[in-house]
Amino acid sequence: MTRILMKGNEAIAEAAIRAGGVHYFAYPITPQSEVGEYLAKRLPEVGGVFVQAESEVAVGNMLFGAASTGKRVFTSSSSPGVSLMQEAISYMAGAQLPVVIINIMRGGPGLGGILPAQSDYFQSTKGGGHGDYRLLVLAPASVQEAVDLTMLGFHLADKYRNPVLVIGDGMIGQMMEPVEFPDKYDEPALPAKDWAITGAKGRKPLITKSLFLDPYALEQNNIVIHAKYEQMKANEIRFELYKVSAKNRMLIVSYGTMARICQTVIDDLEREGVSIGLLRPISLWPFPEMQIRTEAAKPNIERVLTVEMSMGQMVEDVDKAVQGKKPVDFFGRTGGIVPAPEEVRERILKLLDGKMAK
Amino acid sequence: MNEVKDSATTITFARPQAFSDMVTHYCPGCTHGIIHRLVAETIDELNIRERTVGVAPVGCSVLIYNYFNVDFLESPHGRAPALATGLKRVSPELIVFTYQGDGDLASIGLSEIVHAANRGEKFTTIFVNNAIYGMTGGQMAPTTMPGQVTSTSPYGRNVEEAGWPMRICELLSTLRTPGYIERVAVHTPQNIVRTKKAIRTAFQNQIDRRCFSLIEVLSTCPTNWGLTPCEATNWVQTNMSPYYPLGVFKKPEPRIEV
Ligand SMILES: Cc1ncc(C[n+]2csc(CCOP(=O)(O)OP(=O)(O)O)c2C)c(N)n1
Ligand code: SF4
Repeated sequence: MTRILMKGNEAIAEAAIRAGGVHYFAYPITPQSEVGEYLAKRLPEVGGVFVQAESEVAVGNMLFGAASTGKRVFTSSSSPGVSLMQEAISYMAGAQLPVVIINIMRGGPGLGGILPAQSDYFQSTKGGGHGDYRLLVLAPASVQEAVDLTMLGFHLADKYRNPVLVIGDGMIGQMMEPVEFPDKYDEPALPAKDWAITGAKGRKPLITKSLFLDPYALEQNNIVIHAKYEQMKANEIRFELYKVSAKNRMLIVSYGTMARICQTVIDDLEREGVSIGLLRPISLWPFPEMQIRTEAAKPNIERVLTVEMSMGQMVEDVDKAVQGKKPVDFFGRTGGIVPAPEEVRERILKLLDGKMAK
Repeated sequence: MNEVKDSATTITFARPQAFSDMVTHYCPGCTHGIIHRLVAETIDELNIRERTVGVAPVGCSVLIYNYFNVDFLESPHGRAPALATGLKRVSPELIVFTYQGDGDLASIGLSEIVHAANRGEKFTTIFVNNAIYGMTGGQMAPTTMPGQVTSTSPYGRNVEEAGWPMRICELLSTLRTPGYIERVAVHTPQNIVRTKKAIRTAFQNQIDRRCFSLIEVLSTCPTNWGLTPCEATNWVQTNMSPYYPLGVFKKPEPRIEV
């Protein structure tokens, strides 16, 4: 393993290649265009496929066609682009196809801005497209984690035959940090891809589809894909605890770049004698609901604070997890504004003083 | 294929191997079935069944995957050329074709077909123009004829408001990228023979990794036109073919070295 300094977007692109994701379809959008620019140079070197599509509508559907072959395919985009892919994402979830989608989020709604935000939590975790489906959603907090989760994303997509979203805010894409790539991507064995479209040679024809006109067949397809979602809930919940102890007065729940800022605040407050713990969801879906419930229920925890770069999206899931057992507060900035540690600190202290009880 | 033991009988017409034995759901007099058969015969003759993948549209032919003995993908409405692009780029050894109606290709999927053609994606498109949205119950399509009554143009297509019918072959043949573009019809036996030849050329171009090919086939929709099957074939001749002239619009030029 070698350690190199790399920009988040380029590190994600290289990580995909290392995981065998060498078929890339995309349309340019800030703040992730470097992913495509890097791959336009690199993919021809490794015998991969690079297609700049006419729109993200087409990107989603090119992925649909390409993923049906069983080969590892992916795209990267940012919020408005991911909105346009929702049609194909819904179809791919219905047809059970593995694909990795990187969303380097910017502020919305609408054209919004190009600065970092966490505005797509709802779209990512609640089903941005039509129908009854889920995506596996992974949220890195550093460039190294973006590399690791991108590689893991390809594995999980294949394991569950389901689209995987890796969502980072613009900071993850734009900042430079030291990263290490494993010499070889070691992954557990995967089931054979007997569903892959290869031409009907020596076997019956295969049909990749999400259309089931018979209501019983459609319900059955939904039951099959929901059984996979239950497996994901059992096996794929990922989170990190930071300075969680019996001395904590407050539990913070925060993800991505925002969680790193919260860690700084927690360190500062620790020096001042105020003990706070952090639970950082790494998988946003499946969500670490039970883990949050357990931590929040501990007698020393007075309140739970959710901090996001949004007007408050994940906080709804935190609220649901805590089940009214402790007050759940929210602090966030949006529009591309990244909250400064001082703002978060001030809010924590006010809350603990009881001045801002909900 | 049924084996016929009677020595006095010779087989002149059998089910192509590329066809499954399902009965199609098409209305009496609908020419989707003829076009399917010509594609299936071509796949047999070129001996490509085991490496052919079809991409089905959303429209009356959405269930085409049930009628063929080849791998199939069912696309979102209009996006078949994007699916075909994805398939063909990652698995160039496959023979990929899309089968699309005029609502699918000329309306919601116009961007996908124009850009696939312009990139010169090496797949084959069978474009079935029946001047109407069949599946959803006979609404106006971009290809509906001036004055034609449909359920969403009850006073007839008003070209002042809805514009003139789109001529896809003419539009695509303005692209600089080499391609093969031909318009054919299936309302008479002679035309059916010509259509077969065109479809064969389109698949051969793909086998030779030459270019993108699109064959537009003028087709009938007796049900939504409110005509009998015979009246419908006459309607293709008298109303459609003057506005949609048959012929080859674009051929791949000899390769230019750049
Ligand atoms: C996104 C989307 N919009 C609308 C529809 C409804 N729809 C289904 S088929 C169709 C029109 C099909 O007409 P055409 O492509 O001309 O094929 P035909 O049925 O005439 O063969 C429409 C509008 C859909 N399935 N998806
Ligand atoms: S509605 Fe029209 S296009 Fe559809 S099957 Fe019937 S005749 Fe054919």
